[in-house]
Amino acid sequence: MRVNPKYTQWGAVTILTGATIFTILILVFIIFFILEKGLPVLGLSFLTENPQEMGKAGGIFPTLIGTIILPVFALLIATPLGISTSVYLAEYTKETRITKVIRFGTDCLAGIPSIIFGLFGYIFFVITLGLGWSILSGGLTLAVMVLPTIIRTSEEAIRAVPNSYRKVSFSLGASRWQTVKKVVLPNALPGIVTGIMLSVGRSIGETAAVIFTAGSSLRIPSSVFDSTRTMAVHFYILAREGISSENAYGTAATLIIAVLFVNLLAYYTMHRFIAKRS
Amino acid sequence: MNIKFKIENLSVYFGKEQFLNNVNLEIEANKILGIIGPSGSGKSTLLGALNRMNELEPHCRTEGTVLMDGVDINSSTYDVINLRKKVGIVFAMPVPLPMSIYENVVYGVRLSGVNDKKKLDELVEKSLTEAFLWNEVKDRLNLSGLRISGGQQQRLCLARVLAMEPEAILLDEPSSGLDPISTSKIEDALNQLKEKYTIVLVTNNTKQAARISDNTAYFLLGDMIEVGSTKQIFTAPLKKETDDYITGRFG
Amino acid sequence: MKLVGEKGVQRILMITALSAISSLLLIALFIFSEGLPFIFNYGVGNFLLANEWDPSTGHFGIFPMIMSSVWVTLGAMVVGAPLGIAGAIFLSEYASPIIMKIVKPTIELLAAIPSVVYGFIGVMVLAPIIRNNLGGPGLSLLAGCIILGIMILPTVISISIDSILAVPRSYREGSLALGATTWQTTHMVTIKAARSGIVASIILGLGRAIGETMAVIMVAGNSVNIPNSALDSVRTLTANIALEMSYATGMHREALFATGVILFIIIMILNSIASVAIRNRNAKK
Repeated sequence: MRVNPKYTQWGAVTILTGATIFTILILVFIIFFILEKGLPVLGLSFLTENPQEMGKAGGIFPTLIGTIILPVFALLIATPLGISTSVYLAEYTKETRITKVIRFGTDCLAGIPSIIFGLFGYIFFVITLGLGWSILSGGLTLAVMVLPTIIRTSEEAIRAVPNSYRKVSFSLGASRWQTVKKVVLPNALPGIVTGIMLSVGRSIGETAAVIFTAGSSLRIPSSVFDSTRTMAVHFYILAREGISSENAYGTAATLIIAVLFVNLLAYYTMHRFIAKRS
Repeated sequence: MNIKFKIENLSVYFGKEQFLNNVNLEIEANKILGIIGPSGSGKSTLLGALNRMNELEPHCRTEGTVLMDGVDINSSTYDVINLRKKVGIVFAMPVPLPMSIYENVVYGVRLSGVNDKKKLDELVEKSLTEAFLWNEVKDRLNLSGLRISGGQQQRLCLARVLAMEPEAILLDEPSSGLDPISTSKIEDALNQLKEKYTIVLVTNNTKQAARISDNTAYFLLGDMIEVGSTKQIFTAPLKKETDDYITGRFG
Repeated sequence: MKLVGEKGVQRILMITALSAISSLLLIALFIFSEGLPFIFNYGVGNFLLANEWDPSTGHFGIFPMIMSSVWVTLGAMVVGAPLGIAGAIFLSEYASPIIMKIVKPTIELLAAIPSVVYGFIGVMVLAPIIRNNLGGPGLSLLAGCIILGIMILPTVISISIDSILAVPRSYREGSLALGATTWQTTHMVTIKAARSGIVASIILGLGRAIGETMAVIMVAGNSVNIPNSALDSVRTLTANIALEMSYATGMHREALFATGVILFIIIMILNSIASVAIRNRNAKK
């Protein structure tokens, strides 16, 4: 039996369209569900007050601090390392065995699940280096985790800088480093910033790698050696231990808004970047 | 006669392909040497050999010697960065760097560590004037170099080279994409500049070579067929290939 | 930069470029040095194939966790792969460029939503539906599969789109010129040509699913057993580590690191396969 190709065509397109719409609906549902339940809880006092009874009542102020400090700390370490790695890969070498090893390492690192980062951060930073559950341990662990993202996006951005710019710069007597500093990096900057934003977004939402390295103290940290609790960790504890579903929704809404904001900012930067290029 | 470049037995390869074949050529100082020939004849490769831009391409190999003022520029002790400061190049397509007109002009000078504002200002005015561009852009030096017309961009690229106060200027089909007015402005500029600089002009346009160059060399498939005074090349070429090309019977 | 000179800059950059690979080695070193001795002391067979996990009596068999991870991951594939590949085909072959431009980043936002939020949605929305309609505890293998299936969608979709778009236009034009409908062209020519990239997207999705922790802890129920049905509560390898890490000491902690070793090895194998598949895709271009 042979079905008319017109009907299979129609059926296939319907199914494909349906699958795509369904995927988008899931996303929309998740965001609306969290915001609908969480926004009523969310208010200025929720953000600025300290939690009471382990988060059963009160606000989430200390976790906001943790959520800002840890990604900032991680990015302070990962950004210079990531950018200089990408500069090396894109500007300073041809494809050799070393670059292959570096690329393979980067890809592997990108695929490692966050629980492994958590284990590693715990045994290496917390125990072996004796940093304890602290901002330092958590930040360093997150830095290793986001490093591949920064390397990849920066390398892509650097490779997108037109080669003619480099040629002109060399022809005017610039050294390679001068060319990188004055022409390549300024023009790759928006793409690099996008990678940094995406890394910030990932750090904000991370739980498994953070909970075993930065701990979950609800006190406001006074130094990088203090433990801290991020919103994601707080939310996990509230939800999992059933402390308060109301505050869990409020925290989730804050978390979603923060992550969406950072990601949209990243896409916006990227978009501007691409628009400028063409 | 003052010889700026003396090229001896120069061959250049990219990978397995040979782009220049055993070229011998002397380039006089304070003259314009026009280089003509069909595409693929090795004209641009010759320019790349004079300021060692060729070596930025992968798998480039150079044989023979290029002497500049009697010094071998390919010797391992020769400072390539210094060479490129002395031998400026204007590419076929105008490529302003994505920065202001002002910063484009002073780019090379700043690299050498000159940051004195007054000195840079003077240099910008002088270079843009020499490139016949000053009057058109003097009120908008902070405008991005990408936002002026193609003809203006090409003169900006020339000004950028002039600001380095080089000894020689190489031009690789500088007016291939330009309108006749911009082209004539560039030619006017070159005519004045040859008093100070040695100029090598690669062009696809034989009329342009006839108009402004003092000497002309004809290249074909990597070989230099003939070189002589422009008048001689265009009126009484010694080789049949040259005659075929300039009278349009080529190919 | 006069201070260090060109050669110095190059050397510094090269050293920093080794940061990623040295991090990887450091991670491997520390996880393995904590976990491997335990595996050999306890016995590879006893560790991998025994059914009993009871740290208080010194029983550390992770076979149930391995099976649970395998089932959860396969289930996630059943949910996520067809949906993701269908979405990728629609976006790259049938949608207008404007729709592609809007929808692709929207779907990538799915990857930005923290895994704890997925877990929470699973607990609040999905588990009750399963409990009320199909029975069982609700927090189950099935819930884990569905949530993970959704979580791998962005990975599957974006890598599949890249692979489909990498297929030369001329292939499609040739097929269309012979009178094929667009769908015939898609499934007979385009998908075949993009096959290795689509496979890579699925394998990377597998890696993501098997490594996911927080969402699975929240929705899968966490009891240690080999699942008999999709409605059973299960505990994956990752969940096992995360649940007990906060209080484990001594041999118990080593056993958790040993679980990490197994996970690390599985992930490395999957990543290597995926990177070979992607290299095949790029080589074809």
